[in-house]
Amino acid sequence: MKDRDRIGLSDMSRRDGTPLAHVENQDLMPLPAPLDDPARERAWTPLTDQAKNRYECLLDDTCAVSVPKPATKAEEDELVRKFLSGLDKLFTRENNWTFLQPLLLSMEHCAKCQTCADACHIFEASGRNEIYRPTYRSEIMRRLYFKCVKHGGMISAWQHGDIDVNWPMVARLIELAYRCNLCRRCAQTCPIGADNGLVAHELRKLFSQEMGIAAKEIHDTGSMLQLKVGSSTGMSAEVVKDNVQFIDEETSEKTGITVETPWDVEGADVLLIHNAGEILAWPENPGAFALILNAAGISWTLSSELAGYDSINYGLWYDDSQFARVAIKHAEAAKKLKVGKIVIGECGHAHKALSVIADRILTGDLNIPRESSLTLLRDIVMSGRLKLDPTRNDFPVTLHDPCNVVRLMGVVEPQREIIRAICPKFREMTPHGVDNYCCGGGSGFAIMSGHNFRDWRFHVSGRKKLEQILNAFGDCLDPSIPKYLCAPCSNCKGQFRDMLAYYDLWEQNKILYGGLVELIVNAMTEVKPGFIEWEWH
Amino acid sequence: MTTLLYSMLCLSAVVGLVATVVRAIGYARAPLHLRWELYPVPHEAPDRVAHGGSYFEQSNWWNRPAHFNLRGELTAMVAEMLFLKALREFNLRLWWRSFPFHFGLYLLIATAVLVLAAAVATVFTPAVMAGALGTVIHLLYRLTGVAGLVLTLAGAAGLLHRRLTDNDLKTYTTPGDLFNLGLFIVALGLLAAGYAFRPVGAPDVLSLVVGLLTWNTAIQVPGLLTAGLLMSALLAAYIPFTHMSHFVGKYFTYHAVRWDDRVNRRGGSIERTLAEYLTFRPTWAAPHVTADGVRTWADVVTTNPAKGPKR
Repeated sequence: MKDRDRIGLSDMSRRDGTPLAHVENQDLMPLPAPLDDPARERAWTPLTDQAKNRYECLLDDTCAVSVPKPATKAEEDELVRKFLSGLDKLFTRENNWTFLQPLLLSMEHCAKCQTCADACHIFEASGRNEIYRPTYRSEIMRRLYFKCVKHGGMISAWQHGDIDVNWPMVARLIELAYRCNLCRRCAQTCPIGADNGLVAHELRKLFSQEMGIAAKEIHDTGSMLQLKVGSSTGMSAEVVKDNVQFIDEETSEKTGITVETPWDVEGADVLLIHNAGEILAWPENPGAFALILNAAGISWTLSSELAGYDSINYGLWYDDSQFARVAIKHAEAAKKLKVGKIVIGECGHAHKALSVIADRILTGDLNIPRESSLTLLRDIVMSGRLKLDPTRNDFPVTLHDPCNVVRLMGVVEPQREIIRAICPKFREMTPHGVDNYCCGGGSGFAIMSGHNFRDWRFHVSGRKKLEQILNAFGDCLDPSIPKYLCAPCSNCKGQFRDMLAYYDLWEQNKILYGGLVELIVNAMTEVKPGFIEWEWH
Repeated sequence: MTTLLYSMLCLSAVVGLVATVVRAIGYARAPLHLRWELYPVPHEAPDRVAHGGSYFEQSNWWNRPAHFNLRGELTAMVAEMLFLKALREFNLRLWWRSFPFHFGLYLLIATAVLVLAAAVATVFTPAVMAGALGTVIHLLYRLTGVAGLVLTLAGAAGLLHRRLTDNDLKTYTTPGDLFNLGLFIVALGLLAAGYAFRPVGAPDVLSLVVGLLTWNTAIQVPGLLTAGLLMSALLAAYIPFTHMSHFVGKYFTYHAVRWDDRVNRRGGSIERTLAEYLTFRPTWAAPHVTADGVRTWADVVTTNPAKGPKR
């Protein structure tokens, strides 16, 4: 790219009403076989004129948040005023004790060395498009901080750089906050310890907590719906119990082992909390959990309390108040049942939310021990309590590491110990573990499909993971060989379901995705063979 | 002139030190934040550090004894502080410029400490400096001084060259960034030239520091060397006011953020700290937050906005 064509930081404030960046398929990072054939690359769905006329679509080829265009200059000015007010609050103890220290450190110490850029899957996959560079967003924020929060004058502008504050800049920044998966791979490589993922997170908070602006899938139909009816799926306690009963019956019939899920058992050792999306989209997962826990003799229960049957906590990605409320609901459900511990099902962000982040939210009798289901499952598998036959899993298996479970929580080996024990054809992705790449659906993207956002998350945010998957199965892409992509995380599975279908990788190459417990049950000798059904779902 | 030079050297040292301490205190006094660690965390048990694992890999981890692998943490710290391990691993091209710059600075700091020690010894126990130990110290600070100046100057020139020529860096480079690197080159360049080309009979570094300690204003410092010393002193006072003070920030980004995996135990100190924060009164304006500057965080997070505010 010629220097004069490069998008600069001042372009964020451009008032020409056009998007800053445009990505063509030929710009994107090349993919390995079989997607090295341009014929298998999909065309982008353009934004409709209606969307462009109605919403602020000033950043790139898509629109994630759908912020309505202000009708008047006065409305614009008011939105900018609110933005600046929120920016101030991000840097006060009373409003943002939750992340003030790391935010200050990231604002004041970036050396702008761009080491983080090569770690970012979105930047790399986009063909190194400048607006997706991790520091592009952070540098805007940094300049705003020194100019508008620290009220730096000319010397500060000379030292830290300047930025024009206007509505187009704010509107673009809202969208840009939703072009980061918050996987924090960039932060992991920063020699100073600055954190671009945190900057995106804090921007989302500012927009939500001050301006009431957030992607509707994670706020209106996400955390708000969960706090209203108990689950972002919309399932009330009665509905979820009905559905689980149906799952029990199906699992019993399919496996030949009677499965019964216990509900609201006071004093149980374990309160298991699933991502309720599993119950609707992948019922074999909660069915497999129930079968394994019963077979291992675990004292466990589900809860029918508000939010007690849905581990999701979307506030993690955009709003501290919503985050804390849902975490407290989870703990209250456990407290009411007097369980020994909460065990989190196969959901990555729920792992980090309840185990790590909520650790400094839950105090007193709400501070109930929380544990990953992966460790419990590892103990069960390794204890020999289940009779397992690895030859039942005699197909190529690779493992996706959900960022929230590995890099952000340090649970790396338990899932591998299980897979190594029961999957003879296991192969790792490169890189993996704490160095993994995000699935591309992290931070809420997996459930966000407004306008043409799906095109962006499959072409750009999911592309690096797609490359990893294809490389992991590079020796067996032939459709006669069924392959299993194990993803112990609901959001990651949602991304894989949509992305594999988008590129037709099930039909053409027989790549199936699924959870970890399905592999365990598939290997159980007491279960009728064929728990994993090689059908697209 | 010598009095002015001594005064500026002392003033700059005090300003630099105080500004550094004030910055560090500012970060240290920031509220305890929610956990935000990144794995690997090097003070984890050695068998887990290897793959980046945490105590969460153990079932019932809260019943197991806490493990703090001091050796692991120190090893990671030394590798990072002395050799810029992360930069070497993730940005080798820049490391070739940044490492000599930083290592050169460490050598210059070591030089200052050695010369100061030698000057104190010269004033109070001259016999020590006349002996074998004195010979070693003389040799050491000369070596570290020359190596430090060469490495820092070469590194600074390399970093400046990259900032001016690398398109990826240009967008994010401010005039201040160029000035900062330029200041290093000018200050240390003048210092090196002033010292190397000082006339016969001009004081050497030890005589200068002894003169400073004893406030001997009779010493005549050549003009070029005076300029180098003054610029270097200004540089030392200036650094803590810029992002170049990341030696302060880095302590906190690593120890207080990336590696902070301390558990909040019931009745523990973390819980007591959090109890205070829950009395803060946020003013976020979005209606769903239900904050108004009067209600506390505890009120806010126990309100269900989907069911109507509890007021």
